[in-house]
Amino acid sequence: MDYSQFLALKQEIGLLIVFLLVFLTDTFADKKSAKAVPYIACIFMLAQTAYGFFLSHAPATEAFAGMYATSPVLVAIKNILNVGTLIVLIQSLKWTNSEFVAVRRGEFYELTLLTLLGMYLMISSRHFLMFIIGLETASLPLCALVAFDKHRYESHEAAIKYVLTAVFSSAILLMGLSFVYGLAGTLYYDGIAIGLMGQMGVMLAVALAFVIAGFGFKISLVPFHLWTADVYQGAPTSVTSYLSVISKGSAAFAFLVVLTQVFGAFYADAWEWMLYALIVLTITVGNLFAIRQTNMKRFLAFSSISQAGYIMLAIVGDNAMGISALMFYTLVYIFSNLAAFGVIGAIENATGKVDMTDYNGLYKTNPRLSFTMMLAMFSLAGIPPFAGFFSKFFVFTSTLNGTDSAALYVLVLIALINTIISLYYYLLVVKAMFINDSEQPIATFRSACSERLGMWVCVAGIIGLGIVSYFYDYLLTVVG
Amino acid sequence: MDITIPILILAIPLFMFIFLGLVGVKMSHKLAGTLGTLGMGTVLILSYYTAFTYYFSGNPAFIDGTNRLQAVIFDQTWLQFTPSLAIKLGFLLDPISAMMLIVIPTISFMVHVYSLGYMHGEKGFQRYYAFLSLFSFSMLGLVVATNIFQMYIFWELVGASSFLLIGFFYTLPSAVSACKKAFIVTRFADLGFLIGILVLSFYTRELDFLPMTQNPAGVLASFEGASFLGASALTWALVLIFTGGMGKSAMLPLHIWLPDAMEGPTPVSALIHAATMVVAGVYLVARLFPLYMLEDAALMFITVVGAATAFYAAMVACAQIDIKRILAFSTISQIAFMMVSLGVASRNNVAIHEGLGYMASMFHLFTHAMFKALLFLGAGALIHAVHSNNYTAMGGLRKYMPVTHITFLIGCLAIAGIFPFAGFWSKDEILAACFANGTFWGIWMMMVAAMTAFYMFRMYFLVFWWDNPDYEKEHHGHRPHDPGLAMSLPLVFLALVSTVAGFIHFGEFVTFDGHEYQIHINWAIAGLSMGIAVVSIIFAGWLYAKKNDRPKRMADSCRWLWTAAHRRFYWDEIYLFITRRIIFDGICKPIAWFDRHIIDGTMDGLAFITNKASVAIKGFQSGKVQMYIWWYLMGAVVLGLIVAVCVL
Repeated sequence: MDYSQFLALKQEIGLLIVFLLVFLTDTFADKKSAKAVPYIACIFMLAQTAYGFFLSHAPATEAFAGMYATSPVLVAIKNILNVGTLIVLIQSLKWTNSEFVAVRRGEFYELTLLTLLGMYLMISSRHFLMFIIGLETASLPLCALVAFDKHRYESHEAAIKYVLTAVFSSAILLMGLSFVYGLAGTLYYDGIAIGLMGQMGVMLAVALAFVIAGFGFKISLVPFHLWTADVYQGAPTSVTSYLSVISKGSAAFAFLVVLTQVFGAFYADAWEWMLYALIVLTITVGNLFAIRQTNMKRFLAFSSISQAGYIMLAIVGDNAMGISALMFYTLVYIFSNLAAFGVIGAIENATGKVDMTDYNGLYKTNPRLSFTMMLAMFSLAGIPPFAGFFSKFFVFTSTLNGTDSAALYVLVLIALINTIISLYYYLLVVKAMFINDSEQPIATFRSACSERLGMWVCVAGIIGLGIVSYFYDYLLTVVG
Repeated sequence: MDITIPILILAIPLFMFIFLGLVGVKMSHKLAGTLGTLGMGTVLILSYYTAFTYYFSGNPAFIDGTNRLQAVIFDQTWLQFTPSLAIKLGFLLDPISAMMLIVIPTISFMVHVYSLGYMHGEKGFQRYYAFLSLFSFSMLGLVVATNIFQMYIFWELVGASSFLLIGFFYTLPSAVSACKKAFIVTRFADLGFLIGILVLSFYTRELDFLPMTQNPAGVLASFEGASFLGASALTWALVLIFTGGMGKSAMLPLHIWLPDAMEGPTPVSALIHAATMVVAGVYLVARLFPLYMLEDAALMFITVVGAATAFYAAMVACAQIDIKRILAFSTISQIAFMMVSLGVASRNNVAIHEGLGYMASMFHLFTHAMFKALLFLGAGALIHAVHSNNYTAMGGLRKYMPVTHITFLIGCLAIAGIFPFAGFWSKDEILAACFANGTFWGIWMMMVAAMTAFYMFRMYFLVFWWDNPDYEKEHHGHRPHDPGLAMSLPLVFLALVSTVAGFIHFGEFVTFDGHEYQIHINWAIAGLSMGIAVVSIIFAGWLYAKKNDRPKRMADSCRWLWTAAHRRFYWDEIYLFITRRIIFDGICKPIAWFDRHIIDGTMDGLAFITNKASVAIKGFQSGKVQMYIWWYLMGAVVLGLIVAVCVL
C-alpha cells in the first residue's frame, strides 16, 4: 500500500489532529486547566481554517483506489464549513462555561469536531461505502449533541426523535443504495454512472426516491423534515445553529455531487421532477409553518426548512453555475443564520427567554443586538444590498441558466412568491423589536466578548458578501 | 490645468453640506454660519482663480490666438451601464462656464454674509447654511457639466435644494405649499427635459456636450429624416429639452411656482430665485446653442415663449403690492429677455453677427444676477426694517435707511437701463439683437423695457417716497433703520458691481464661437430705449412721488385690467381648476377607489388564504415521532411511484 496517498487527506488529517489535541487536553487536564479547553478548540479550529485557505490551490487528486477525492472546489466548500464551525464554536464559549455545562464542555467541542470530520468524508467520498461512513460519523455524534442539555426534558425528547428518524432515514438510504448496487454492480460513483446506463425502470425510480429521501432527511426537505422543528427547539442553541447551517450545507453539497455525478444521466427522466416537487413543497410548507411560530428557535427551524428549498434550486438547474451558487448560498446562509442564532443565544444565555413576544421593544434596551438581528432577517429575506439578496439572485439565475423550460420558470416564480411570504414573517421579528411596545422589555445587558465577536463576524459577512463581488467571483473561478 | 482646484470647488460645498447637516446641530449658530461662509469664501477664491486662469493665462488649452477653446479639465466615468453607455462626471471650462464660476460664488458668498445678519437667531440656522452649501454645490456642478446627463443630475439637485430652502420655514403652511408647488411644477417640466435628453441621445448616440456642439452637422445627419407629428425629431428633442428650461426659468405657462417661491427667506430668493438657479434654463439653451441654431422652429418657439412671458410678467408686476412679488415678476420678465435674445440669434440672420444675441443674453445674465441680487437683498433689508412685505406698510423710507435707499436706487436704475449702469449696456445689446432679427421683436421688447422702468420706479417711489407713515407709533417707538454691517456690506458691494459691470468688454470674454466679438453701441437704439425709460420713470414719479389720488383714479378707470393683473391673469386659478376638478376628481379618485378595493382586496384575500392554509396543515406537525416516520416513508414511496408511473 502506498502510504503517501494519505497526503491527499491533508484537511482531514489536520482536523483529526485538532480533535485529538482537544480530546487529550480535555482528558488529562486537571479541573482548573480544563477551563482552557474551549479556547484551545477555538484557536486550533482557527488554525485549521487558515490551513484550509493555504490548500486552495492544491491540485485535484484521488486516494484509496478512487474512494476519496479532493479538488479546489472541495477544499473551498470545506473552508466554508470551517468558517461556519469556527463561528459556532466561538459563539458557544459563553454557554459551555455556564454552570451545568461546564463539567462536560470538552465533549461539546470533541463531538462537534468529529461531526465535521464526518462531513469532510461525506463530501470527498467517491464511493458509497465511504460516503455512509462519513454520513454516520456526522450523524451519531449529533444525536449526542442534541441531548447535551441532559437536565432538560425537551433536550431528551429532541434527541430521541432525532435518533429514531436518523436511523430510519439511514435505513431507507441504504435500501436505495442496495438497489443501486444490485443494478450497477458497483458502489463507485463513476462506476455506477456507467453501470446504470439505459437501466431506467421502476427499480431505479424507487432507488432514486429512497436516496433522495435519505438526503432529504439531512437537508430537511418536506416531507422528510418533520423532526426539524422539535429537534431545533429542544437542542441547545449552539447545537441548533450548527445543525441548521453546517450539517445542512455539507449535506446539500454532497447531494449535489451524488445527483450530478452518479445519477446525472437520469436528470430529465427522474430526479429533476422529484426535486421539483420537493422544492415546491419545502419552500411552501416551510413558509406556511413559519408564519405561525412564536418560539424563535422553532421559527428559525421552519425558516431553515424553506431556505433549504432555495438551496435545492441551485441543484435543479443541473449546470456548473449551480455549484458556485450553492456554495455562495451556503456561505451567506451561514453568516445570516448564525447572526440570528447568535442574538438568540445571547438573549437566552442572559435571560432565558426565547419567545418572539419577549423581543418586543428590544430596540429600546439593546439596540445593537436588534440591529444585528435586523440585518440577519433582511439577509434571510433577501433584501438588497445585503448578502441574502445576491445569494438568492444567483440561485435563481443558476436555475434558469441556459434553459428555456417553462416549468423551471414557474418554479422560480413560485420561489419568488414564497420570498414575499417569507418577508412577512422575517419582518414580524423586526417589527417586534422596533415597533411593538412592551411593558417588561428584556433588560439592557452586555453580551459576552465571545458572543459579540461571533456577531461582528456575521454582520461583516452579511454586509461584505453583499457589496464586495470578490467572493462570488472567486467561487466562480474555483468551479471553473 | 491641475485638477485639484476644480475638484475642490465642487468638494468644499458638498463637504460643508454634509458636515453642517450632520454635526451642525451640535454647533452654535455663529460657528455654523462662520464655517459655511468661510467655505464659500474659499470656493469664491478658487473659482475666481480658475476663471481668471481660463480668461487671462493664455494657456494653449484655453486659447488659440484669439479663439477661446472649450476644455475638459477632467471627465470621470461614474456609472458604466454597458460598454457604450456610461454616465460621466466631469468639469468643463469654456467661456460661459467660466463666467458662471464668477457669478455663482460671488452671489452665493454675498448671500452667505448677508444671511449672517438676516437669519440671525432663526431656528434651524445651521440647517439653513447646510442647504445653502448644497445649493452652491449643485449649481456649480450644473454649470461645469461635461455631459447632458450630469447636467440633469445637478439640475435635479438644484431643484431639490430649492425645494428645501423655499420650505425652510416649514411651520408656515404657505411656505410648505409653495415649496411643494415649486418642486412639482419644475419636476413636471423636467420630465420633458428627460424625454428630450433621451430623444437626443437616442439619435446621436452621445451624451457628452462637446462632440455634439462642436459638430452640429453630425448631429443633424444622425437625425436624418426622423420626424414626429409634422416636426422633425431634432426639433422635438430641442423643444422638450427647452421645456425643462421653461420650468426652471419660470417661462409661461410654467411660471406659477416662482412668485410663490418668495415664501423662502429673502436671501434665498436673491440667490436661487433671482440670480442663479432660475437662469439655468437660459444656460441650458446657451450650452446647446449650436444645436438650437440648426432648427429655426425651436428658436422661434423660444422667442415667442420669451416675448410673451416678458410682456405678461411686466404687466403683472405693475399691479402687485408685495415688493418681493414685484421683484419675482420682474425676474421672470428679465429672464424672458435673455431667452428672447437667444431666440433671435438665428443662423439665418445675416444682417448682423449671429453671436450678438448669444453674447447679449449671457451679458444680461451676468449683469442681471448682480443687480437683481442687489434688489432682493435690499428688499430683505426693507422687510427686516418694517416687518412687512407690502409697500403699503412702507413709504418715505429714504430718510431712515439711506444706505438701503442709495443701493436700491442703483439697482432700479440698472434694471431700468439708465446710462451708465450695468443694465443699460446689456439690455441695449438685447434690443439691438431683437431689431436685427425683426422690427416687431425690437418694438415689442422695447415696450417691455419701458414697462420695466415703470414698475421698478413705481415700487421705488412707493417705498422710499410717497407717504410718511408714523413708524414710531406702529412699531412701539422703534424707527426703521439701516441694517447692520453683515447686511450692508453685500448691498454696497453689489451696488458697486452694478454700477461698473457694464464697462466690461464682455464680447472679449463670452461669445458663441469663442471668437472675440466687438461691441458697437447702437446709439440710435440705445438713445431711444433710454429716452423711453426716462419717460417711464418720470411718469412713475408723477404718479407716486407724493401721496395723491392719481394712481387710484387711474386704476379705477380701468378696474378690470388692474384686478386681472393683480390676480396674475388668473393663471393659478386655471391650474387649480385643471388639477382639482379634472385630474383629482376625474382621474385620481377612480384610480384610488380601484387601488383601495380591488388591489388591496386582492392582497388581503391572498394573505387570508395563506393564513388559512397555514392553519389547515398544522396537524401535519403532530409531535408524534411515529407519524413523522410514517410521513417520511409515504413521501419516499410516493416520490418513487410518481416517477415510475409518469415516466415509464
